[in-house]
Amino acid sequence: MKKGLSKTTRSNIGTFLIVIIAYIVCEILLATGTMSSGLEGLLVPCCYYIILSVALNLVVGYLGELSLGHAGFMCVGAFSSAFFTRAVQNIITNQTVRFILAILIGAAVAALFGFLIGIPVLRLKGDYLAIVTLAFGEIIKNLVNVMYIGRDSSGWHISLKDQISLHLAADGEMILSGPQGIGRIPKESSFTAGFILVLITLFIVMRLTNSRDGRAIMSIRDNRIAAESIGINITKYKLMAFTVSAALAGVGGVLYAHNLATLTATSKNFGYNMSIMFLVYVVLGGIGSLRGSVIAPVVLNLLLDFFLRQIQLIGDNPVIGFISDNRMLIYAIVLIAVMLVTWNPTMREKRAALFSKSRRGEAE
Amino acid sequence: MSFLRNLINGISLGSVYAIIALGYTMVYGIAKMLNFAHGDVIMVGAYVVFVAMSNTMPAVPAVLLSIVICTGLGILIERIAYRPLRNASSPLAVLITAIGVSYLLQNLALLIFGSNPKSFASVVNVPDLKLAGGKLTITGETIVTIVASLVIVFALTAFINKTKPGQAMVAVSEDQGAAKLMGINVNGTIALTFAIGSGLAAIAGVLLCSAYPQLTPYTGSMPGIKAFVAAVFGGIGSIPGAMIGGILLGVIEIFGKAYISSQMADAIVFAVLIIVLLVKPTGILGRQIQEKV
Repeated sequence: MKKGLSKTTRSNIGTFLIVIIAYIVCEILLATGTMSSGLEGLLVPCCYYIILSVALNLVVGYLGELSLGHAGFMCVGAFSSAFFTRAVQNIITNQTVRFILAILIGAAVAALFGFLIGIPVLRLKGDYLAIVTLAFGEIIKNLVNVMYIGRDSSGWHISLKDQISLHLAADGEMILSGPQGIGRIPKESSFTAGFILVLITLFIVMRLTNSRDGRAIMSIRDNRIAAESIGINITKYKLMAFTVSAALAGVGGVLYAHNLATLTATSKNFGYNMSIMFLVYVVLGGIGSLRGSVIAPVVLNLLLDFFLRQIQLIGDNPVIGFISDNRMLIYAIVLIAVMLVTWNPTMREKRAALFSKSRRGEAE
Repeated sequence: MSFLRNLINGISLGSVYAIIALGYTMVYGIAKMLNFAHGDVIMVGAYVVFVAMSNTMPAVPAVLLSIVICTGLGILIERIAYRPLRNASSPLAVLITAIGVSYLLQNLALLIFGSNPKSFASVVNVPDLKLAGGKLTITGETIVTIVASLVIVFALTAFINKTKPGQAMVAVSEDQGAAKLMGINVNGTIALTFAIGSGLAAIAGVLLCSAYPQLTPYTGSMPGIKAFVAAVFGGIGSIPGAMIGGILLGVIEIFGKAYISSQMADAIVFAVLIIVLLVKPTGILGRQIQEKV
């Protein structure tokens, strides 16, 4: 008899099924008009949150390093793709082709940055990577805010000072104008596009983690020195995981940029708090669990919002009001509590003892 | 003259970074962890002084109260959030928890004080120093900041080299297991490190807000991160290194603001970090630590 599919494959197929079923349910709710417009607006954000959490989980859960700059990679992907879309708007008129190209460009540019930032840092240990990726995110945000790019009949103009110093001709148009960002971006992101990108992201990460390369990456996480001693090229595999993760974060950025009319880089959307938000999703979903990274953003955004609204409709409840006003505070407490419960060695032993006891009980 | 003024401003800001960096570098050297919440302890310290002084408490007792509260807070954070995870299988665990604590402190402050910036009354009562016929003014805040940072560095160096608890810190940072075998209370020593670091953070918070009188729940986070850059710059684990790194970073930031671009100042500071890690990962005064298998 042919042995059934392996445990990981079954679990991966399960994750895909969850995503597909969730998509179908949402589409049915949309088609029947049951979903409120507020929730509908959260669907695309949910998609890029999922992509970012899965990407970050590749670094945190599989590589065992901490990145606090994924909002920065998202920013790179968002701005490069939005810039591309605006630049070729009149050349490539087919919206689908343009959007696919924008996704590829966003991913490629973010991957390039991931690679460049990874080279110096990945040779160092964990804490440094966290702080350098954080620094990178801030640098990118700062850089975007001082860049002015416009074009006219004579070509491109770039300045790091202000709009006037570009000396644009009368027929010129601004594409990137510093803190005002990129305006008039065609809205090309849709829930379906987001859904497909989530599936592709999951597929890439699952393929990677189940491959020979993926096992090499995980061996670095589990014991760097042992991995090195059996001939695994640490820098290469670290860079591989980090670059793939950055590219996927860039894809999330593309989806984000094309969901807005005007794209700006503020500390709210691309700052370090955003990177921490993704970390919250990863930790609450479960470090190293892709399914968790899919579920956590949906639960914390879509479902939580839905339930809080439903309860508020019934009556003003001070506790619920407090929770919805201070969501970040609750997240912080939950984050600490989850870490303390799941990573504390004594707690782990107790839990293991508890489980082995109950299992023994079943056997008898 | 503007060059001199910028230099003095840079040294002043750098002295604040140095005081914060001392807390980072001690905790990193002894507990081997990056205490992300350190920057937010600064903010707590500043809020304590703010509240105390708005309730008509004089400046000196207010600052002392703030030091006491922050010291207690540091010990509490270490006890509740960090100690249970010290022997966790992944070094990420305690780092992520530290981020959680930082987030918690920010959001608690947001809940209590709101997001509107509070204008912080300077606690410094030293007259400004006028030099070169009034062309160059050194503010009282600057003088106090620079003097305070120098006093702290000398006091800390003496404490570590001359006292028993200080020597215990050195021992714990060298080898926790061996220190334990020699009868050193490792938990107590690490708690003491957090206490000193957090007390320094309170002083840094007061000095920072006296020079830049805008207090929000996010006041501490950026200086905290920059001070970590300073600690890396000077060589993490080294006390004179934190001082040198802090002052250099402050000068670089102010010069970057003045001569390159005011919006790019933060980017320049972080670029320094990346360059340092590329060229000399151990920092100016850091030592290479050999990893044991």
